[in-house]
Amino acid sequence: MCLRYSARRLRPSTLSATSVPRSAPRAPSRQCRGVASTANAEKVLFPGALNSEFTNTLDFLRPSKSKDAISTYRCLDQYGEIIDQSVGADTTDEEALQLYKNMVKLSIMDLLMFEAQRQGRLSFYMVSAGEEGISIGAASALHPSDVIFTQYRESGVYLQRGFTLAQFMNQLFANSSDHGLGRNMPVHYGSKELNIHTISSTLATQIPHAAGAAYALKLQNQGTVGRIGDAGAGAAGGKAVERVAVCFFGEGAASEGDFHSALNIAATRQVPCVFICRNNGYAISTPTSDQYRGDGIASRGAGYGIDTLRVDGNDIFAVRRAVKEARRLALEDGGRPVLVECMAYRVGHHSTSDDSFAYRQRVEVEDWKRRDNPITRLRKWIEGRGLWSDAAEKELRSATRKEVLRAFEDAEKQKKPNIKYAFTDVWEHVTEEQKAHVAEMNDILQRYPKEYDLEGYEGGAQGLEELLEKQ
Amino acid sequence: MPSKTPSIRALSRYLLRPQPSLHPRCHFKPHTKHYSAAAAGARLNVPLEYDSTPLLNHTSKSALANPELPEHIRKGQTKRINLYTAVNEALRHALQTDERVLVFGEDIQFGGVFRCTMNLAADFGTDRVFNTPLSEQGLVGFAIGAAAEGMRPVAEVQFADYVFPAFDQIHNEAAKYRYRSGSTGVHCGGLTIRMPSGSVGHGALYHTQSPEALFTHTPGLRVVVPRSPIQAKGLLLSSIRTADPVIFMEPKILYRAAVEQVPVDAYHLPLDKAEVLKTGKDVTIVSYGTPLYTCSAAIAAAEKDFGCSVELIDLRTIYPWDRETVLNSVRKTGRAIVVHESMMNAGVGAEVAATIQEQAFLRLEAPVKRIAGWATHTGLVFEKIIIPDVTRVYDAIKKTIDY
Repeated sequence: MCLRYSARRLRPSTLSATSVPRSAPRAPSRQCRGVASTANAEKVLFPGALNSEFTNTLDFLRPSKSKDAISTYRCLDQYGEIIDQSVGADTTDEEALQLYKNMVKLSIMDLLMFEAQRQGRLSFYMVSAGEEGISIGAASALHPSDVIFTQYRESGVYLQRGFTLAQFMNQLFANSSDHGLGRNMPVHYGSKELNIHTISSTLATQIPHAAGAAYALKLQNQGTVGRIGDAGAGAAGGKAVERVAVCFFGEGAASEGDFHSALNIAATRQVPCVFICRNNGYAISTPTSDQYRGDGIASRGAGYGIDTLRVDGNDIFAVRRAVKEARRLALEDGGRPVLVECMAYRVGHHSTSDDSFAYRQRVEVEDWKRRDNPITRLRKWIEGRGLWSDAAEKELRSATRKEVLRAFEDAEKQKKPNIKYAFTDVWEHVTEEQKAHVAEMNDILQRYPKEYDLEGYEGGAQGLEELLEKQ
Repeated sequence: MPSKTPSIRALSRYLLRPQPSLHPRCHFKPHTKHYSAAAAGARLNVPLEYDSTPLLNHTSKSALANPELPEHIRKGQTKRINLYTAVNEALRHALQTDERVLVFGEDIQFGGVFRCTMNLAADFGTDRVFNTPLSEQGLVGFAIGAAAEGMRPVAEVQFADYVFPAFDQIHNEAAKYRYRSGSTGVHCGGLTIRMPSGSVGHGALYHTQSPEALFTHTPGLRVVVPRSPIQAKGLLLSSIRTADPVIFMEPKILYRAAVEQVPVDAYHLPLDKAEVLKTGKDVTIVSYGTPLYTCSAAIAAAEKDFGCSVELIDLRTIYPWDRETVLNSVRKTGRAIVVHESMMNAGVGAEVAATIQEQAFLRLEAPVKRIAGWATHTGLVFEKIIIPDVTRVYDAIKKTIDY
């Protein structure tokens, strides 16, 4: 490290000495060369902090002593009443009903799939209980061509964008219709058409991806590079919409180094990226008090030079307004990152492999369920507007249940993908080494047919032969 | 275009040509005899002669005789350049011909600490050639995201020794992106990660490593190590063009030392073929990168002393590697030696030796010998006894033919 460090220390003089010509079109460069502090300067002229004033008071910045936390923005109170009438709900009745129906659909799918996992019909599942407003609200405030990266508790993003129940179920069952070709654990959805990148289990790795994708979108927005990969762009006709990248992650993931590096590089490259943190109080069993000692995730935004807002995640209208405004800011002046921290409470267990009552009181959870959640809050509002009734609720729930169960049964009936997909797509083409492995495995399958149950796979035990022939 | 000589000595030059410190107050004076001078009376371990080695093309004619080059290149012009300039030319060509190509990393914008990105920021703008914050996981993750949205990023990790913070991003993300995306077809194959690697005489623990074996244990990656300016240019252009993520490791000691005639125009070299540098009938030596020069010198001495004939193969692409060329050679010679700088255990040599054992068992007349770094770290003043040298390769040839 020391040599790298010395290389950096050489840099300012190196730059001036080599007189490298700098063309910096729209480059977000804040050059700080050739500055030095003078005896009577009132402001610091150190290159690392140009706007700092000198002080002769020895006064540490002590967040630990500050009683003021960053405020939490909301539009709708716990009783479903709009707080600021001049702003209103910022939605049409029809749209609000659609959001409500999607939240209910997500919660019903979660309940049924959790149960299905308990019955051993699925290998794994993760619910979004208590956080439906964040994923559905945020997705509804974005343009369909915006590129999204998710962690795993954002099924609502998929639902709101048009991922069908059949597509959810195909992925959960890893059947032959699954986009992931049966390779990923349940809940690791992905969709090219909906511009959502496939989920990976590794936490926070998607955050720098979003920064990089946002940089690609910035160049495409500017016309530096032709527009790439957006399926919906051509169909609309006319001028293409400027796009942002959006990244979801939990407050636990924000402790990973990738969070730090991503926000920092997003800020230095000024990329149009909206970072959305779901702060639900727990990372599996770890409460936030063991996760950080600062003021949540929002307090870090300013440190990176990023515009930041904290929002009530149980208030879908607040989430929508926040994300809509964040998107607008992110595209301003060519691009900049924005951080939105959505406060919530993880009502469900972390996953089907977790019993959260081992580390938190059942009463705490019950309390949250009763006190406040995004679905009941929006229901109170639509009821207040005379748009909803108990009968409508009953009908919606029963119809949705049926719809989910039908998709569930259809997906369960389907075969598993062809076993050739175990080998393809590692590289663009199957390599010589892989061909040898396929041949060897195929030989084993043919000579020990009783040792492998491949009936349920499309193409059965012959799947690999197809690959051998093709090559 | 010959690169301009920078008026201030860069770190790389300091690393490559030991000399008193640039800092006037620094009292540290490198002791030349500790570093690069040969022992008095040494016959084998003498400095490598890059000016006359047969591994480099010293004439335009020999450079253009390469049958891998396309017809129009073989009729074209060459010029004498070193390896960092060849890298620079490849990057320049990629930036010129493909608007999706981005070049970034730590200290890229002023030309890079090894001068590989000289003048690129000035000519292509800082939107496409730019500095990133000092975070390997960040800049590699950023590159993956850009590649997944259709760009062709060429990210630089300043030294291969510092790639480890990005290991998760490379191993879990870049390598698996296409596989996990399934039928959506999304991938980050436009990604190339360049990194200077290998010994440099005095790089000690963190400016010497060759971590290629770690990446050859990751399905989904291509790992490439060029040995010369011609290769650096042709293989880097192929790496940028291929739709798989590539780890491109540049032996930093060769940046200035390896100079040869290189075609002026752009060309691509195959990413799945080894190259037979010298034919022979008694022993096959398989290596890649810098140790090829060591092997070449050892072969010259051994052939003279023992009257044997040694075949030398450059793997070039370490993974996926060209098994056929290596096996054909060993089936002919019946003996094999694998040479690399990184440690022996689970190194590239282990894979090559095991494959030879499996596929050419009946033709083997001696055990496959591995000449590699010992199971230790590269302590500053111990490099000479840790990195394979001419003597060890010479002795391996002797032992293998005498077996």
